[in-house]
Amino acid sequence: MAITAEYIKDKLTKSVGAIHVEVEDTSANRCATSFKVLVVSPQFNGKPLLQRHRMVNSCLAEELKEIHAFEQKTLTPDQWEAQKAK
Amino acid sequence: PKSSDLAELVKKDKVVVFMKGTPAQPMCGFSNAVVQILRMHGVDKYTSFNVLDDQDLRQGVKNFSNWPTIPQVYFNGEFVGGCDILLQMHQNGDLVEELKKLGIRS
Repeated sequence: MAITAEYIKDKLTKSVGAIHVEVEDTSANRCATSFKVLVVSPQFNGKPLLQRHRMVNSCLAEELKEIHAFEQKTLTPDQWEAQKAK
Repeated sequence: PKSSDLAELVKKDKVVVFMKGTPAQPMCGFSNAVVQILRMHGVDKYTSFNVLDDQDLRQGVKNFSNWPTIPQVYFNGEFVGGCDILLQMHQNGDLVEELKKLGIRS
């Protein structure tokens, strides 16, 4: 099964309660399936960066076996608002 | 190095990096990013392991850290994260604080 940006977005929305997900398919820049994601979720509130990234990793554990390169940024809704305001 | 010794490996130095290639010659953009971030903070001397040299280590460190990707960074034997986390720590100032705890002034 081919992993698509839409599929990743859907899975992150359901599994880590993301209110906003941006998925960029960066495969063209590299030699194989690659994605860059921005995940905004209230479930990240009060959690250290490492734990947030672990939440995303475990959500996509099966997919990450097939994905060659994976970049992620995890923000709380507040951090996201602050970033948009910049 | 053998992957069974990972608990020992991560404590070999204050800063330990598992990467593709070497600090002098990184073989992947993400590993290179970690090397460059550390260099920007004046961290030039650290222990690194090239996972491309050892397939057992490559898989072993992923299992040991419960982390699916390379590079992987350890401070004082504790898992810090991969490239994205190090970059965000660099940007938000946390990296300076963490290095200070290790006795490294950046």
